[in-house]
Amino acid sequence: MIDKIVPSLEAALADVRDGSTILVGGFGGAGVPEELVDALIAQGAKDLTIVNNNAGNGEVGVAALLKAGRVRKIVCSYPRLADGYVFEALYRAGKVELELVPQGTLSERMRAAGAGIGAFYTPTSYGTDLAKGKETRVIDGKHHVLEHPLHGDVALVKAERGDRWGNLVYRKSARNFGPTMASAAKCTIAQVYEIVELGALDPECIVTPGIFITRVVKVPRKAGGNRVPAGGVTRGISGRAAV
Amino acid sequence: MSYTKLTRDELAKRIAEDIAEGSYVNLGIGMPTLVGNHLPKDREIFLHSENGILGMGPAPVKGAEDWDLINAGKEPVTLLTGGAYFHHTDSFAMMRGGHLDIAVLGAFQVSVTGDLANWHTGGDAIPAVGGAMDLAVGAKNVWVMMEHLTKSGESKIVERCTYPLTGIGVVKRIYTDLAVIDVTPRGLVASRSISGISFDELQRLTGVPLLPSGARAAA
Repeated sequence: MIDKIVPSLEAALADVRDGSTILVGGFGGAGVPEELVDALIAQGAKDLTIVNNNAGNGEVGVAALLKAGRVRKIVCSYPRLADGYVFEALYRAGKVELELVPQGTLSERMRAAGAGIGAFYTPTSYGTDLAKGKETRVIDGKHHVLEHPLHGDVALVKAERGDRWGNLVYRKSARNFGPTMASAAKCTIAQVYEIVELGALDPECIVTPGIFITRVVKVPRKAGGNRVPAGGVTRGISGRAAV
Repeated sequence: MSYTKLTRDELAKRIAEDIAEGSYVNLGIGMPTLVGNHLPKDREIFLHSENGILGMGPAPVKGAEDWDLINAGKEPVTLLTGGAYFHHTDSFAMMRGGHLDIAVLGAFQVSVTGDLANWHTGGDAIPAVGGAMDLAVGAKNVWVMMEHLTKSGESKIVERCTYPLTGIGVVKRIYTDLAVIDVTPRGLVASRSISGISFDELQRLTGVPLLPSGARAAA
């Protein structure tokens, strides 16, 4: 019998090694697998490369991992959050490396990794600082930039419910990077609020099929629902929090 | 003649009124999110959010926030009846693949040839790009919403951008608190100005050559 459900966060993360590249789901506060990230801090792996859309806010999730000194490099599209002071301090002190990637390119690089694509050309970033040093090519009269796949050793994703084969469904915009990251890592660990019997998820509506999932771990729902991010909004073009 | 600059809400309303029924629209973070408050009630317009929402609705009433349902600025929003959720790679396929009719974006500078600078002020700032470069190259129409002048009175419409570029030749139209300016192969066309400002005054403030609105029909 195949049972991908593991009894604890510790068991889920036991084999994460120093120096790993870890894909961490979430956009802002939505879809961040906070319990898995907290357990990763306890697990102790260090010298990590973290791939996440943001670079953490407040002192939870990725920011807590940064604060604990476990992160060598961040690959992300938007490290500037109103409450992103942990990353900012480490970055300015030269203690964490930043690879800034346009958001669609970040997602597509992971899709390419999961889909076995060698590399791809995208028009995004052509002629900008983020395309410096990259191969370019004109395709159908339009300039493109060559981008390479972004593989993870481990992916940590948050879903709403799953079954013992690893099939997952998500909730609202918390889905964000989950399905793509799940496909792009050698070992994908999903935290869910509910574990259901095989067959309980409508096969027409399963978002991530279990083939992409290595382990499933159940976490308790937080009292009062999802954590309200403290000041975790994005700074708008004016430099102020978007209103 | 005297004139009064448009307020942010008046500018948002002007843009909203130019969005046709059935359009798929992405509103960038910052000032462009105001456009969503002014969409004509008698039109069905689909708002897209890069984090996986089509048919995004307004902010929830206080107390009804769901932090699994947020917009690109990480603020709580709602979903209209008929709306859909999807994952990031699909969302950026919509953006990059030419499926969005309009992206309304803020800007630090726009050049006479439609180059856009809106992601980084350079220097000491923490660089953060998000989905700006994908929207810039992917939407069928990139409209910029910005103040015409910087706080120190310099035109944000420039010969060449001095801030780092987001995209090259991507902007089709610029909405400012003084005018609506189309980026055309012949140059910038001041198609609509606020009442009370003369073309000569607009030209003087803008600093780069403008064509009067009649030039568009002749183009």
